[in-house]
Parts: sequence; structure tokens; C-alpha cells
Amino acid sequence: MSTSAWCRALVLLLAALPAAAQERRSGYDDAGPQVRAMQDDDMANPAFLWVQQGEVLWERRVGEAGKSCADCHGAVSEMRGVAARFPEFDAARGRVVTLEQRVNVCRTDFQGAPALAPESDALLGITALVGLQSRGMPVAVEVSGAAAEAVARGEAFFRLRQGQLNLSCAQCHDQLAGQSLAGSRIPQGHPNGYPIYRLEWQGMGSLHRRLRACLVGVRAEPLGRDDALLGDLELYLAARAAGLKVETPGVRP
Amino acid sequence: MRRRSFVVMAGAAAMLPLGARAKPEEVEALVRAITGGVPARPGRVKLDVPELVENGNTVGLTVSLGEDVPKDAVLTDIHVFADGNPRPGVVHFRFGKLAGVPKVATRVRLATSQTVTAVAVFADGSCWTDQVGVLVTWSACLD
Amino acid sequence: MAVKPLLSVPREVKAGVPFEVRILIQHPMETGFRRDAVGGVIARDIIHTFECSVDGEEVFAARLEPAIAAKPYLAFSARLERSGTMLLRWVDDHGVEAQERVDIRVV
Repeated sequence: MSTSAWCRALVLLLAALPAAAQERRSGYDDAGPQVRAMQDDDMANPAFLWVQQGEVLWERRVGEAGKSCADCHGAVSEMRGVAARFPEFDAARGRVVTLEQRVNVCRTDFQGAPALAPESDALLGITALVGLQSRGMPVAVEVSGAAAEAVARGEAFFRLRQGQLNLSCAQCHDQLAGQSLAGSRIPQGHPNGYPIYRLEWQGMGSLHRRLRACLVGVRAEPLGRDDALLGDLELYLAARAAGLKVETPGVRP
Repeated sequence: MRRRSFVVMAGAAAMLPLGARAKPEEVEALVRAITGGVPARPGRVKLDVPELVENGNTVGLTVSLGEDVPKDAVLTDIHVFADGNPRPGVVHFRFGKLAGVPKVATRVRLATSQTVTAVAVFADGSCWTDQVGVLVTWSACLD
Repeated sequence: MAVKPLLSVPREVKAGVPFEVRILIQHPMETGFRRDAVGGVIARDIIHTFECSVDGEEVFAARLEPAIAAKPYLAFSARLERSGTMLLRWVDDHGVEAQERVDIRVV
């Protein structure tokens, strides 16, 4: 095949892909200069208050086993790359496990300590710290094998019109991304900065907290924290964001 | 009252924070209390705050001195006011003997679109001011 | 758990040359204007006073109002002629006082 034929084939292939797959844009790119400046400077990013807390917790021995994260994993820098491949399909459990859930598996199964509460400063701190180790790496979750069905379920949920507004995630974040809604640019809705410091919250939150707000926003029933479908959706979102750089801990308006 | 107008008004009331909104006159009175009754002169102080704000919860604000400041002028205080917040006072900075460059940055809350005023007080008692009109937009996805 | 602030202060400075001090503090800066889920007013809790000095000599001070954002951030400048200990101190509405000390060497 000649070079120009290759180019034509490539153009045809790209045209067949949905908009989001052609050019993935991080929510960072759709945020204003002030928000970007906050994320660019670790000293100006309030999320680092949680990272700092995570660093303390990483070394703290807890539970009946009297073990710290560091006792098993070593320096937190050893976690480089982990967040980039989460969430992951856990074959033994037959479901997707998010990074938050994985941290709590360590707590309950290996440290003999109670699970950390959802959205607690401690859990946000540890996940922000672990996520930070993958900063700059491309999001690259496993989507083949047993994970494929979970991704498909997540995508189906993403495309499902729901709630009193009868909107799907895809309608805003695939089809209308880049356009304006009230004073904001509609982002593509990628999970590459979580957990994030969100100005709207005046605090830190997980991807689950954000998804809950989206679902409540369209007046749909939010997914429960332990709903397996939540893991499926988070896995699909990560698959959809493949190649975007991890920005954890991000700042968003 | 017709049902629809009541619903609209109830919705608008729910958006407001508790208590009354500050008024431009209140800011003027506070500035006069600093200057000793005379209006502060525009100049010498520079207020940097974005004119378009994505989220009023956290707005970067920097106050510094302009190039028209005489070399021997010593800055002692900077006051910042916002005439559309529930209360007009935002912050008062005091610069001590060991202060370096007369410049300070912080992050403020702006409840709505409004005018932000900075007043700089110098050791010779002179007061200078700068104002910025800020447009605060609402995020589409509040929670 | 008491959370340390993010603090940026140089440990070594040149005599008479201004340097930047930056601090970001974990505090909700609750305005006192908000209501909770059952309609009650959430009590005001802000850091109202912030002070920075070196060996008792004032560098910078701030009187903060509820209009200062959550996780308050301050960046200001200092200039030293001789080495000393910088004290950064702040107090909130609950009377909780926190401080940080940094030894700065003038070279």
C-alpha cells in the first residue's frame, strides 16, 4: 500500500471513532488559568495537604497485624504505576476493585484494621499519595480477558439515558463536550486527576463522589458505594481515558 | 401572588447566603474610616483579581504596588473589601519592619459579581486605592 | 489528626534580599452564613489572625474575614539582615492556635 493510501485509511479510521477517542482532553485543559495554576504548583495545590497526611499514614503501623503500608510495600515510590492501572478487574472477587477499595482490602485483610470510611481524609490522603506516584504516566487499565465484560457493562451504563432529565453521560461528555453549559466548558469527563481538590466542594473527593453528583444532577438514582456497577463504570471511564496522563491530585472548578 | 412567581422568588431566596448583602456605601464608609474621611486616591496600589471567575469559592487575589510609588514610601497596611459579599470586609494585611517586597497573595470568596476594592496605607498617612469589577459565573454542576 | 500546613520558606537567604514565604493551611474557614441539611446555621469557624515574625520583630500579619477561601493561602515577602527563627502563628474561632518555626540562616 502506498503512503497516501495508508493516510486515507487512517483518516477513514479516525472518522469512524467517536469524538472523544480522536482527541482526548483532560478536564485540566478545559479549566481556567487560575485552576490550572493551582494544579501546576504543588505548594499552591490544597490537595497536597491530603498527600502530606497520606505520607504520615503510609508509615503508621495499624491493626492487629501491627503493620504499616510501608512494611509490605516499602517506600511509597514503589507504587509508581499502580494508580495508572486502577481500577482493575479482580478475578477472585469476580468484580472490579477501585483504588479506594483496594486500600481497604489491605486494611481489613492484611493489617487487621477497620476499613477507612469513604471520603475520609485518611482514605483520600492514601489514595492521593498513591495516585501521585503515577503522575505523568498514561492511564492504562487492563480491558481484555475477564475485564472486557465489566468494561462493556460500564460503557452501557455510560450510554444509558436516565433520571428525570433523561440524559446519558455520553450525551454531555461525548457529544457536547467542549461546548458551554452555564458558565462552564463541558469537559470530556475523564478520571485521570482523582482524587481531586474541587473548588465547588472546597475540599477533596473521590471519583465516586463526583459520579454521585453527576447522577443526582440528572435526577437519577446514584450508584451505591459497593455497587459492582460503580466499579464497571469507573473501569470504563479509565479505559476511555487511556493514554491521558495521570494528574493526581488534580484541581477542578 | 401567582404560583409561578412565588416559586421563582423562593428559588432566588434559597441561593442567597444568610443575612443581607453588603452595599457599596458600606465599603465607602469603611474606606473613609481608614483615610480619615477623605476619599482614597486611585493609584500606587495594584489589585490583581480575575475579571471572570469560574467558581467564587476560591478566587486568587494579589495586591502589589505600582511603579508610581516613590522609592522612600513605606507601605504599612492593605485593606481589601468586596461590596457584594454578605460582609464587606475581606482581609487586612499589616506589613512589619522585616517585610520584603510590598506584595501579598491570597485566595478569597466572592458570593456574586461585584466590585473588589484594595486600599493601601503608607507610613506618611496617605491612602491609595484600586478597584476591579469581577464577574462570577455559576458552575453548571453544583452539588 | 493535626495536619501540618504546606509551608515554603527558604532555609538560607542573602542579607537584605527579599524572599517569599508561602503557607497553605488545612482549615474549613466556615463562614457562619451557611445552613446544614436540617436548616440550622453552621457556626462560624475561621482563622481570624495570622502573624509572622522573626525573633519577635514583625514581618507580616493578617486579619482574615469569612471571605477568605477554605484552606487559606498566603504568600508574602520578608527581608532579613541577620539569621533568626521565623515564627508563623495563627488562631481560629475555637481558640485553636497553631504555629510553625523555621530557622533561617543569612549568608
